[in-house]
Amino acid sequence: MSDTLLDIEGLSVHFPTRRKLFVAVNKANLAVEPGEIHGLVGESGAGKSTIGAAVMGLLDRPGHIAEGTVRFKGEAISGRDAEGMRALRGAKISMIFQDPLTSLNPLLTVGQQLEETIQFHLKLSDADSKARAIELLDRVGIPNPSERINQYPHQFSGGMRQRVVIALALCSEPDVIIADEPTTALDVSIQAQILDLIKELARERQTGVILITHDMGVIADTTDKVTVMYQGEVVESGSTEQVLGAPQHEYTKSLIAAVPRPTLKVHRFPQLSYGGRQITFEIEDLARNWKRPEPTKSGTLLKVEGLTKTFLQSGSIIPSRRKYFTAVDQVSFDIREGEVFGIVGESGSGKSTVARMIATLYQTNGGKIFFDDREVTSLKTAKDLESYRRQIQMIFQDPFSSLNPRMRVDEIIAEPVRHHKLLEGDAIQHRVDELLERVGLGSEAGRKYPHEFSGGQRQRISIARALATQPRFLICDEPTSALDVSIQAQILNILKDLQEHLGLTMLFISHDLPVVRQMCDRVGVMRQGQMVEVDDTETLFANPQQAYTQELLSLMPRLEGLSTEGLEGEIV
Amino acid sequence: MSDQTSTAPQSRLAQAWDSDFAYSFRRSPVAVVSFLVVMLLVLSAIFAPLIAPYDPFDPASLDLMNGFTAPMAANDFTGDTFWLGTDDQGRDVFSTILYGMRISLFVGFSAVLFAMVLGITLGLIAGYVGGWVETLIMRAADVQLTFPAILVAMLIFGIAKGITPIEHQDTMAIWVLILAIGLSDWVQFARVVRGATLVEKDKEYVQAARMMGRGRGIIMLRHILPNVLSPVLVIATISLALAIIAEATLSFLGVGAPPTQPSLGTLIRIGQQFLFSGEWWILLFPSATLLALALSVNLLGDWLRDALNPRLQ
Repeated sequence: MSDTLLDIEGLSVHFPTRRKLFVAVNKANLAVEPGEIHGLVGESGAGKSTIGAAVMGLLDRPGHIAEGTVRFKGEAISGRDAEGMRALRGAKISMIFQDPLTSLNPLLTVGQQLEETIQFHLKLSDADSKARAIELLDRVGIPNPSERINQYPHQFSGGMRQRVVIALALCSEPDVIIADEPTTALDVSIQAQILDLIKELARERQTGVILITHDMGVIADTTDKVTVMYQGEVVESGSTEQVLGAPQHEYTKSLIAAVPRPTLKVHRFPQLSYGGRQITFEIEDLARNWKRPEPTKSGTLLKVEGLTKTFLQSGSIIPSRRKYFTAVDQVSFDIREGEVFGIVGESGSGKSTVARMIATLYQTNGGKIFFDDREVTSLKTAKDLESYRRQIQMIFQDPFSSLNPRMRVDEIIAEPVRHHKLLEGDAIQHRVDELLERVGLGSEAGRKYPHEFSGGQRQRISIARALATQPRFLICDEPTSALDVSIQAQILNILKDLQEHLGLTMLFISHDLPVVRQMCDRVGVMRQGQMVEVDDTETLFANPQQAYTQELLSLMPRLEGLSTEGLEGEIV
Repeated sequence: MSDQTSTAPQSRLAQAWDSDFAYSFRRSPVAVVSFLVVMLLVLSAIFAPLIAPYDPFDPASLDLMNGFTAPMAANDFTGDTFWLGTDDQGRDVFSTILYGMRISLFVGFSAVLFAMVLGITLGLIAGYVGGWVETLIMRAADVQLTFPAILVAMLIFGIAKGITPIEHQDTMAIWVLILAIGLSDWVQFARVVRGATLVEKDKEYVQAARMMGRGRGIIMLRHILPNVLSPVLVIATISLALAIIAEATLSFLGVGAPPTQPSLGTLIRIGQQFLFSGEWWILLFPSATLLALALSVNLLGDWLRDALNPRLQ
């Protein structure tokens, strides 16, 4: 046991609150060997980050270690005082945080931050520490390190900044690195590079790494061992291959089953069967009262031609001096009635801007939008747009900001009905109650406020609001990227049902390729404001034509080692 | 983290008592004491006609012989005793304080209300509409800030005095005070509301309402306004203390409440004339009341700011 770097035994972390004792972590065990990457996976609130904070002695008050020990190289560190922890933190155990934007000091150059840390830990001279800083930047893959060392964090891109954060964590030559969601804020292509870097460093320096994440793809590609947590408890632990390939615990099984696969097209996602979080969505009842409009003659519900959007970058009184940034550049596509059309792309590709122009939230700077064979872009007044606005609805990304916190849930859902004067009097309340029943929340949910619901429940309220006007077209802008994977499965199932039973047409925007493959009939790939490629989903995934699409697909986690237990579908 | 505790149905009052807000209040001795002091002062001001032993505005009840009676001492001529003594005209200091506080509080509350309505309206419009409207409003606010509040108030007071006929000057004095203090106070409301509006208007629930085709007015009133009110509440409390002091300052300078309708500031002005002739009580008691009032309101505002700040919880 002597070469175990970090040994966590029976660790419990308690947060005493006013009403009760909250047990964030309950008797957790975990051991990290040199050169090993140990994944710590679980959904939000599982206690995985709390373990990281407990090891570092960074628990927020009133949280404290109630029992158990943390041993570093055989020596117990959990009982140390603040001074003792400080000697260890950063020197022997380093941490990499999620957000590279906030983990660097914007007022110091990258070099100053690195050199300060190096001098503090290794007691090197100025010249030596500068040389060492350049060496580290080079090691984490930053080109031109001797030049870039004098730059400030804002001059680096997100991925480069995360590399700097890693370099910073390496300054003291630590034995253990705790990485808390190190790639969650990054695009897929950059995520892969950062994970490769972490893997290389662990091998090369025999550093032990605890990789905290909610992403099964990251776990599958990067870790040697994995520990699965659920509501503060470790439910399963073992080699990554074994846990993902042949999970033993019910929770692990259902968690893995909920992960969208790039290579397996399922009809429906299995519901999480552990923990009693089953929900029902009664689509048939909703379909019975649904007014279906006449289908369009051409079969195309929404057509976009040469859509362009520019944003003012630097203003000036003189028009010729103004600088514009083209967010969407001549984008054309059409969406057939009843299909789900996906748009994929990395952050900044303009996919959300397209959605907002269709949703009338942004004015267009060029191009036309046709809905039901009529041009929408020429309509200017609120009155002209009313019929169009009633027929399109949107489901937003962040369930915590898409509902007005000061409005009651029934008011939120009734608002579009009242605004479009679709119903009157008791019929409004009746429609609201019905929608809440159908999305599985029950009509009594209407009398509560949004903060009383979890993220997944809020997203269902959002769906109920979108359905209140009985729309034909639904815009889903990253509808599940803020949700846990099991909740994501529920929401995706509901969206599938809506399309199937109510004949809704959807625009589905996502950066998550496996999800897009599960959901969409046709897909468009966007890059830097331009539509690179549009094709049927299966054709596009099997045989991408453009180099960018090929690159994007090659970065997609394969997830082939994951158990397929409980899944029904075809392997493609 | 399932946080479901099965709670039996409670009455509204019990729910309010049990809320985190009420809990944080109970846990703060400063807040409880300030609250009690404010309540005591406000209630005694409201019920002044019932509590006050004398009516200081009724000349018939005044006896000049009672002038300059020390606190708790019998008057040499009439033998009457007064808790806090009397002023030069024989008015009971305790009673004048109660009545004076009514005017101070009325002016303070009204001025803050006026500033709040003006500031919130302009701040919401500036934040939500943006463009040249925002530039116009916020530059006006900047200009306003370059003048000291007292100077603005005195200017307004001077103009008002110039245009109102002599016989109405006493009654209009109070309203001019409210206008003057309110006008010099709206800027901070407008700034805070504008900032909060800029944050709120980019949130998805506002976009959902815009997508529905909701008009600007409805979005501002129904969606944004309720979500920017908590910082306003904090500023309003602290502004109340400042407004009461501003009123006292103006009245002390002689441009505020007239001696026939004395506010705390007027009483202090009257009292300071007698400080060096030994009649200390005429100055001390109104000043102490003003201090207690302003300090408790301020402390309450401090607590409110912490209690409403989710990051400090």
